[in-house]
Amino acid sequence: MTRLIDWVDARLPVVEAFRKHMSQYYAPRNFNFWYIFGVLAIVVLVNQLLTGVWLTMFYSPTDAFESVQYIMRDVQFGWLIRYMHAVGASAFFLVVYLHMFRGLLYGSYKPPRELVWIFGMLIYVALMAEGFLGYVLPWGNMSYWGAQVIISLVGAVPYELIPFISAAESKEIGEALVTWVRGDYLLSEATVNKFFALHVVAIPIVLLALVVLHILALHEVGSNNPDGVDIKKNKDENGIPKDGIPFHPYYTVKDTVGVVIFLMLFAVVVFFFPDGGGYLIEKPNFGPADPLATPDHIAPVWYYGPYYAMLRATTFDIFMSAKAWGVIIMGGAILILFLLPWLDRNPVKSIRYKGWLSKVALMLLAADFLMLGWLGTQPGSELRKFMAQLGTFYYFGFFLVVLPFAHRFEKSKPVPERVTGGH
Amino acid sequence: MSQHGVNTSRRTFLIGATTGVAVVGVGAAAVPFVQSWQPSARAENAGAPVKVDVSQLSPGERVTANWRGRPVWVLRRTDAMLNSLDQVRDQLRDPESDEDQQPEYARNQYRAIKSEYLVVIGICTHLGCSPSYVPDGSSNLEYSGFFCPCHNSKFDIAGRVYQGVPAPTNLVVPPHSYLSDDVVIIGSEEGETTA
Repeated sequence: MTRLIDWVDARLPVVEAFRKHMSQYYAPRNFNFWYIFGVLAIVVLVNQLLTGVWLTMFYSPTDAFESVQYIMRDVQFGWLIRYMHAVGASAFFLVVYLHMFRGLLYGSYKPPRELVWIFGMLIYVALMAEGFLGYVLPWGNMSYWGAQVIISLVGAVPYELIPFISAAESKEIGEALVTWVRGDYLLSEATVNKFFALHVVAIPIVLLALVVLHILALHEVGSNNPDGVDIKKNKDENGIPKDGIPFHPYYTVKDTVGVVIFLMLFAVVVFFFPDGGGYLIEKPNFGPADPLATPDHIAPVWYYGPYYAMLRATTFDIFMSAKAWGVIIMGGAILILFLLPWLDRNPVKSIRYKGWLSKVALMLLAADFLMLGWLGTQPGSELRKFMAQLGTFYYFGFFLVVLPFAHRFEKSKPVPERVTGGH
Repeated sequence: MSQHGVNTSRRTFLIGATTGVAVVGVGAAAVPFVQSWQPSARAENAGAPVKVDVSQLSPGERVTANWRGRPVWVLRRTDAMLNSLDQVRDQLRDPESDEDQQPEYARNQYRAIKSEYLVVIGICTHLGCSPSYVPDGSSNLEYSGFFCPCHNSKFDIAGRVYQGVPAPTNLVVPPHSYLSDDVVIIGSEEGETTA
C-alpha cells in the first residue's frame, strides 16, 4: 500500500494535496453549529448528482410527464430516487440559505474572503437556475405555468435602457429572446429537451467547477470563525495557528455527527412528507401540463419566494412599466448580495462584537426574508402586497444603509485577541 | 529573458491580429450553437401563418382557425353588431384598447383592420378557457358578444372585456393582414394592414 502511494505520489502530488486540504488544513477550534452547513451542502450535492444520474436513466424529455409517472409507479424504487432528488433540491436551498446566513452573522465575506463569497454567490445563482430547469422537467401543470411566467421575465427586461434602442424595439427584442429560449412559439417539447440538457449536463459542470473554486479559495485564505478573529495572527514556533486544529481528523469526525443527524431528518421528509404539503412539490404538478388551464394560483417553490414577492410588490410605473421595474428589483436583490464584502463597512466582523443596532437589523433581515418567502408563495391581496413592499424596502435598506453605516451609530464590544470557546 | 532584439510593435501587432482572428472565429463558431435554440423548421412549420378565405362567410358567421395551437376566430359582423359597440362603451374596462392586446393597426373601436371582420384569439384572458359566441345577446349578455362559461367573463363583439368580470384585459387580436379583399392571413403582416 505504502509503495503504491509512493508510486502515485511521485507522479501526482496526492499526499501533498491531502495534507494541504485535510490533515494540515488548520481550521479554527471554535466552530459552532452554524459551521455544519457547508459540509451538508456537499452531502446534498452528492445526493443530487447520484439520484440525478439515476433519474436520467428512466426519464425521457420527449415523453416527460408520462416518464415521471413511469418512474413513480413502475421503476423499482423509482419513487424513492425521485423523492430523494425533489426533496434534495429543497434541502440544498435550505442548507445554502443557512450557510449564507452564517456568513452574514460572522462576517465571513469580509476581507480577505471576498472571492470565497463571490464564488459562493455564483454557486447560489447556478443553483437557482438548476432548480428552475429541474422544476420544468416533470412537465406537470405548475412546471408549465411556472416556466411560462419565468421565461416571460426575459421579455420584460427593459432593453430600452441600452442606448439607441427604442421602447418598441425593446419589446421586439424581448419577444425574440423569449422565442429563442423556448425554441418554439409556445412552450413545448423543444423547451423541455433544451432544459433537460442544461439541467443534467451544462449547469452541473459549472456548479462542480464553482464548488472546487469556492473550496480552493477558502483553503487559500483560511476559514473565518464565530469570533471573527484571524487565527493566522497567532502562530506557534512551527508556524501552525495556535487556535487552529487539523481539519482531519477533528472536523471530519465532528461533521460526521452533523451529517448523520441531517440524513435522519432528510429521511423523515423523503419517506413521510415528500411533497411537503404542496411546498416542495406543488399540487398542480400532479396533473400534466395543460396550456388551456392556468392553475388558480401560480406560485414558485418556496426557495424563490422572496424574489417572487419582490417582483409582485413592484407596482409603480415611473419612466418604465412596473413589469420592467419588477425585473430590475428582483435582479437587483440577487446582485446586491455579490457586493456584500464592499457594502459592509463595519470594522467588526462577527455579530458577537457588533453593537445592538447591527444585531437587531440582522435579525430583522432574517425575519424579513422569511416573510417575503412566505408572501411569494401566497395569492396576492392588498395587505400582502403592502407587506411585500415594506419587506422589499427593508431588504434593500439593510444592504444599502444598515451595513455601510450602522456602526457609526452604535458602540461595538472589544474584539478579543484569541478565539473564545472550543476545545 | 532579455528584451534585446524584441520588436515590440511587431509583437503588439501580432498579438492584436491573432486575438482579432480568434474573436471572429469564436464568434462564427458560436452561430450554430445560438441559432440551434431558435424554433426548428418543424416548429416553424407548425407555427406558420394560417390563411382564411373570408368571402365565404355570411354576416354573423364565425369560423375558427388553428394558429400556433390556439383557436383564432374570424367573425363577419352584422351592422347591428357594429352598432352595439357604441352602446356598450360605458360598461367596458378598456373601450379604447389602451392595453397592448392588439397590433397598432387594430387599435380602434372595431379592434379590426376592416370593421366588418373581427380576427381575435378565442382564449379568455382570465384563465385560458374558450368563451362561447353569443350572436344575438342572451340572459348573460344584453348585446352580441362572447361569454366565458368558466368564470362568467363577458366580452363585447370586438372582444373588449366588460367591467366587473374576472378577465382583466380584452381578448388578444393576433398579428394579421389581408393578402387580398377575400383572404386574411393570421400570424403574418406581409399583406395589407389598412382597410
